[in-house]
Amino acid sequence: MAYVAIADRDHHLHDPDTFITKYIWSQDHKVIAIQYGVVAIGVGLIALALSLLMRLQIGFPDLFSFMTPYNYYQYVTTHGMIMVIYLLTALFLGGFGNYLIPLMCGARDMVFPYMNMLSFWVYLLSVIVLIASFFVPGGATGAGWTLYPPQAILDGTPGSDWGIVLMLVSLAIFIVAFTMGGLNYVTTVLQARCRGMTLMRMPLSVWGIFVATILGLLAFPALFVAAIMMTLDRMIGTSFFMPALLALGETTDTTGGSPILFQHLFWFFGHPEVYIVALPAFGIVSDLLSTHARKNIFGYRMMVWAIVAIGALSFVVWAHHMYVSGMNPYFGFFFATTTLIIAVPTAIKVYNWVLTLWRGDIHLNLPMLWATGFIFTFIHGGLTGLFLGNVTVDLPLSDTYFVIGHFHMVMGVSPVMVLFGAIYHWFPKITGRMPNDVLGKIHFWMTFLGTYAIYLPMHYLGILGMPRRYYDYGQTDFIPDSALGVNQGITIAAIVVATAQLIFLFNVALSLWKGKRADSNPWRATTLEWQTPDTPPKHGNWGPKLPEVHRWAYDYSVPGDEADFIPQNHPIKPGEESLRVAGASRK
Amino acid sequence: MAQEGMNPAADALPPEGWRGIVDDWATDKQAFHVPWGKAMMWIFLLSDTFIFTTFLTGYMNVRMSTAVEWPNPSEVFALSIFGQPIPLILIAIMTFVLITSSGTMALAVNYGYRRDRYRAAALMFVTAAFGAIFVGMQAFEWTKLIEEGVRPWANPMGASQFGASFFKITGFHGLHVSAGVVYLAVGALKVLRGDYERRGGNYEIVEITGLYWHFVDLVWVFIFAFFYLW
Repeated sequence: MAYVAIADRDHHLHDPDTFITKYIWSQDHKVIAIQYGVVAIGVGLIALALSLLMRLQIGFPDLFSFMTPYNYYQYVTTHGMIMVIYLLTALFLGGFGNYLIPLMCGARDMVFPYMNMLSFWVYLLSVIVLIASFFVPGGATGAGWTLYPPQAILDGTPGSDWGIVLMLVSLAIFIVAFTMGGLNYVTTVLQARCRGMTLMRMPLSVWGIFVATILGLLAFPALFVAAIMMTLDRMIGTSFFMPALLALGETTDTTGGSPILFQHLFWFFGHPEVYIVALPAFGIVSDLLSTHARKNIFGYRMMVWAIVAIGALSFVVWAHHMYVSGMNPYFGFFFATTTLIIAVPTAIKVYNWVLTLWRGDIHLNLPMLWATGFIFTFIHGGLTGLFLGNVTVDLPLSDTYFVIGHFHMVMGVSPVMVLFGAIYHWFPKITGRMPNDVLGKIHFWMTFLGTYAIYLPMHYLGILGMPRRYYDYGQTDFIPDSALGVNQGITIAAIVVATAQLIFLFNVALSLWKGKRADSNPWRATTLEWQTPDTPPKHGNWGPKLPEVHRWAYDYSVPGDEADFIPQNHPIKPGEESLRVAGASRK
Repeated sequence: MAQEGMNPAADALPPEGWRGIVDDWATDKQAFHVPWGKAMMWIFLLSDTFIFTTFLTGYMNVRMSTAVEWPNPSEVFALSIFGQPIPLILIAIMTFVLITSSGTMALAVNYGYRRDRYRAAALMFVTAAFGAIFVGMQAFEWTKLIEEGVRPWANPMGASQFGASFFKITGFHGLHVSAGVVYLAVGALKVLRGDYERRGGNYEIVEITGLYWHFVDLVWVFIFAFFYLW
């Protein structure tokens, strides 16, 4: 039956006609993508509010009477978990993966739409369980987003009654949801492309999402297993992660478990997770830069292999998160080496992005602003990664604000930059209306400059030795008074950046309501999703006939061609080959 | 390169070596010439492999790190038959049953390809029955250990991680077998009812079910080796 759905067809087949099948229990990948997007952004706003509460506490201690160390740790934990998993992973893969894969590959839908729908509803369930943890006795867990045992499940840690259990259960549910979606994404990319769409003609967005999904399918199992084992430790008293220890003056019943095992399992998931978030961003930003610089992406094949190489390497670097846990020096040496090797394919990508811009016809419109902003934040975050990848440099910096600055720059802000670029870029296709340019530019500049105002000083604080995850600093000799001033500045910048996100929400609402109508290809882009007969694309995407692809995704400014772009579904013209460099589009 | 592109003969020759392999795999429409469901099952099993691998490495890690002595599996899992303790006899029978079920599954796949739906369905039911017997014996084994005082949180014979790992790993595998039994039974019913005749006699579902079943068997072989024989 699945085969019928993808073939050419000249009549409508089972199109959903009621409100419920169209918008609620929808099996259409585009609707599911929007559902994922709305929930992810909604839950992301909660995480944003939590981060503001934390910042206010650090910059202006004792501002709120409800702010206690107990709450502070709950906010730290939930903020981190939401941002990494429920926002970034869900929005890149569930949102953009769902929207772009079938459209960019020339498919009518995902291969198993029903499972795709289940994936969203199970994801929603995981979000509900996560949020519910705030309302149970003891509240959400305050173990830090890494949930390290033994403290995560010992009395005295916030939420050690119910919060930690709900968090682990929510993660397990999320992994089930991700697996259902992820199997769909991978199978669709591998098996359901339209005629002519070879793997080496796919836009880099699809490559990034594809490899990231494979990483997810192989890395989430470790988190799943760790979550099960920790739930058992907490609920029925097994001792997988729990050694014999003294807590609150009493010995525990546990004996012989290995807390380090949890760290290994967690980071075997956790490091690939960084790339689950980063690879889709790499892919999408390549497409944005190429489209808006009106130039083919520099070194397409190298970009693809770099994505694959980064994906493979990401499985052998995890213990660089554990230098301070103590390990055999040879292990440290090994993981430091692999970590620094990852810089090679990553640097290739950065050079290629810059070379794509080099002498391009750069249109500084909204998506392009965010894409170039990403290059800046990513380089800065990446460079501090080289510090932290080395064992001896990492040891003094690991528990300081330097690390906060590093990972927010490289895997927080950078992917978010791409997300905003992607939202502005595909907004006309998704909604049929153009986003407001002025509001978007205000949003960009406030966010971009605010980011630096927030995170650059954190590197300085880190080098001072200011420890992270502290509720209050009190009187400490090695922290000068000026550090408090810096912290106040950071907090004010954070408030400004958060306000900018309200501008974004307002922009989305305004553009949906009164935005200029978009034609089907406002950016004059080459990829297939801009060549649909309807905007926004209707159920089945392509009308009666599937597209056929004749060239790669980056035919911008082809010499001798009148228009400065040739869509992927345009046949090769007679004599065109001889105009091209190195036959890049022939394959 | 540009000149090559102009020459039709150059296009006709498939590239060789690594380039050829990459090109083969990267052709348009599909990378593997198999149905979607089968491709998806393969990818799912790859993901599931990582789950069991993590379970087993986690178990090996706690087994090596715990300070208390690990019980000897050949003694723990021995059954007394006619007053004579035979090590691992129940596990041996369970393994034999599960391997046999893989054989009947393979036969079912074979008859599925021949579109002999009655034989295929019958063999699927037999496979499911073997699976149910396996789970039954596992329940017996659990009961025996629980009666001897082994719990996930405590173990009179030594390290408490022994009980924890045992119940966790065999439990998770047992869930997989039970799910497989249901999956097989539902699949067999649909095959028997002729659902797939209406879809042009396409019995690939038998093979997809079979992939899952063989995987669950294979996992058991590893559990057998790493938990019972070590």
